[in-house]
Amino acid sequence: MTLAWLSGYGLQLLYGAGVTLSVAAVALLFGTAFGLSLGALKTYGSKPFRYVAEAYTAIVRGVPDLIVIYLIYFGGTVALTRLTGHYVDINGFAAGVAALAFIFAAYASDIFRSAIRQVPRGQSEAAHALGLPRSVTFFKVVLPLAWRIALPGFGNLSIILIKQTSLISVIGLEELLRASAVVSGATREPFFVYAVAALLYLAITSTASWGLHRARLRSNRGFA
Amino acid sequence: MLDVQIMAEAFPNLLQGVGLTGKLAILILLFGMLVAIPLAYARNAQSAWLHGPASAYIFVIRGIPSLLQVFLVYYGLGQFDFVRSSALWPIFRDPFWCVIIALGLNSAAYTAEIIAGALRLVPKGLNEAARALGLSWFQTQRKITIPLAVRLALPAYENEIILTVKATSLASTITLLDLTGAARLEVSNTFAPYEVFLTAGAIYFCITTSLSWLLRKLEQRLSIENRAVAQKARELQVGAAAHA
Repeated sequence: MTLAWLSGYGLQLLYGAGVTLSVAAVALLFGTAFGLSLGALKTYGSKPFRYVAEAYTAIVRGVPDLIVIYLIYFGGTVALTRLTGHYVDINGFAAGVAALAFIFAAYASDIFRSAIRQVPRGQSEAAHALGLPRSVTFFKVVLPLAWRIALPGFGNLSIILIKQTSLISVIGLEELLRASAVVSGATREPFFVYAVAALLYLAITSTASWGLHRARLRSNRGFA
Repeated sequence: MLDVQIMAEAFPNLLQGVGLTGKLAILILLFGMLVAIPLAYARNAQSAWLHGPASAYIFVIRGIPSLLQVFLVYYGLGQFDFVRSSALWPIFRDPFWCVIIALGLNSAAYTAEIIAGALRLVPKGLNEAARALGLSWFQTQRKITIPLAVRLALPAYENEIILTVKATSLASTITLLDLTGAARLEVSNTFAPYEVFLTAGAIYFCITTSLSWLLRKLEQRLSIENRAVAQKARELQVGAAAHA
């Protein structure tokens, strides 16, 4: 048993953990960009745009993540097949990343919105008085100040995102949970295999929360 | 683009899954609450023997995905012969009870965090005053601390209720025909994923939105703000301030 673990099964789980990490990282990147745009839209946008952004968040909040994932994976396959006229097989990684990024953005936009609003008005007024264009004001003045305020909520969402990657296993992408299912089918020791997977998840999420704690301390230096 | 006919035909089939979704959510929340209350008191306890294990449990449950917890209970426990030969095997073999155990234990960790936080927020002086008046620990909890803590915990617990309703969709991964499971079955019959999953999503959206509306109403009713008592409390405060 030990030999089999050293040679193959353990590696398969570690490889799955790697896939989990890369899905989370790419989804975090796209989700943050999309969430920030939505958050800015909710703060500065004109009424119709604001309503669309609010409705988007309300809908994603009200529907289970699994439904969003199924909709994008299976729905995307059908939509692309109808559009192109021949069968298109959607890549599980891309569909998973897209679904998780869409979900992440819906929640993150509220955090960014409230963080942007908490930046004192004087900051952007001063930037305006100095003649800075609006985009420079947003990216160089408001956003750096808003980041510090957004960090705790943003961190929580990132940890949730890491755990949500396990849902991607339902569309067949071999991340950590799917890899554990495959290995437990081969070894017939499901409890042991899933317990190892649980420890790997725990290691990932607690490292992430430790890192976020450090980041928060660092971002708060100079503040009482 | 969207076939409304398919959506209309899928709708009654999907509604049949709603019952199971509701039943799961209620049982998970009840079981979760049952475990969460002692867990919350243990978390706030002075003794390291109570505080340590409770904190560790909450840390572990919150650190791993809930789908993994479902698999651990449903597929994992069957590995052990003593589980298979025990009197409880009919329960651990049944996906219905496995989901309730796994997600109930999961919900308990989050709920315990909410309750423990609310209990800590109740001013210490109220407890001490009650004890000084000769009320026992149980009486103090029942008459003073819990009624106040419930109001403090309610907004956060509302969120937990909505999250639990959404989490029941994980039951579909271990063969149960809840709303998501029914949708998957319908998709395999019609091969119209867009229409079916959109319909299922709309049903979920209606459930969660009306539920959170109802809970907000309940919160407003219970909140001290809208009560004549609160008015009296404020008058008392003003009176005391005038005297000082």
